[in-house]
Amino acid sequence: MAGAASWSFSEDDFKQIQQHLQAFLRDSNARCALLVDRTGQLVATVGETPTFDPTAFASLTAADFSANDQLAKMIGEPEFASLVHQGEKESMYLADVAKRVILVVLFDQRATLGLVKIKAKSVVENLNKVFEAMFNRVGAGPAQKKGLLEGAEDEIDKLFG
Amino acid sequence: MSMINYASREINCKLVYYGPGLGGKTTNLEHIYGKVAPNVRGKMISLATETERTLFFDFLPVDLGTIRGFKTRFHLYTVPGQVYYNASRKLILKGVDGIVFVADSQIERMEANVESMQNLYDNMAEYGYDLTKIPFVIEYNKRDLPNAAPIKDLQAALNPGWPIEDAAQQKVQPDATHPGENLVEKVGAEWVGRAPYYEAVAMRGDGVFDTLKAVSKLVLKTLS
Repeated sequence: MAGAASWSFSEDDFKQIQQHLQAFLRDSNARCALLVDRTGQLVATVGETPTFDPTAFASLTAADFSANDQLAKMIGEPEFASLVHQGEKESMYLADVAKRVILVVLFDQRATLGLVKIKAKSVVENLNKVFEAMFNRVGAGPAQKKGLLEGAEDEIDKLFG
Repeated sequence: MSMINYASREINCKLVYYGPGLGGKTTNLEHIYGKVAPNVRGKMISLATETERTLFFDFLPVDLGTIRGFKTRFHLYTVPGQVYYNASRKLILKGVDGIVFVADSQIERMEANVESMQNLYDNMAEYGYDLTKIPFVIEYNKRDLPNAAPIKDLQAALNPGWPIEDAAQQKVQPDATHPGENLVEKVGAEWVGRAPYYEAVAMRGDGVFDTLKAVSKLVLKTLS
């Protein structure tokens, strides 16, 4: 492999993801759910609009998850599929989705960690299916990256003067 | 691993600045942060020690413009250069789309440069990535210092070239920024390819944008 494989998602994928996350927020009472890919790119945000910089937040989330993955291996675990960061008022729950994406749930005292964990389990299962279908489609179908910028060399040259 | 979001019409790519400790990776990002208009860049995040040595990474998102109606968003990362931070350095390479190797031109740092380059090849190989096949640019930094090694010596040590076996690619490719030099050429009986290089003084900002533009352009071209 020359480099990492790219992936893309369509508006339909996006709608499906949003629906699953909205249902999850309703059931768990959590404030906000974000999906971040393992390279630190923000994929989706649902629920209350975060007051922090979501791009920076996404890159730190990916780094946090990756670092914990390595710690898991060091102590003989294949992975930590989920992580919890508990604060006095605000807390975060992070869970792996399809080995490529991280679900981040932000919740406060209105929700309990137990409920978030239980509800997250089923939303992760649903999201796994959506993302696996999406990754299987890479290289076929309309939502593939190859060809997106085909013939755009001139535009790329112009962009960089 | 570039990610294309058709819903928000964005192309997201990851660039990593690699190289030996104190070579100027963070300085590159700081210069970009200072020069780019605030509306096209995000917040710069630095996970550094109290003495401002990078502990985990620096991060800076920048938008470089719109192509075919898609916003091109680049996430710039630096790695910690110090040898003993290899575990965290390797994590940052995950999903990388393009690499800038920031070499320290000082003669005394030659060994550190070579060691870091070898470490880059090794870490990339562990992910199954081939450095000779992904967008890769070398920046020779600190060109203003009196003890800077000649470019020819740095090139020989850090960018000697890799064999080009694919017959379709065995044709001379001139280096647009260095007249008289080639990125692909025949040396003896063998065809070799080299990474494009740029000279820089990152403290003053010289060469910083040339390097960034070169690597970003290469990344976008891989999508075309």
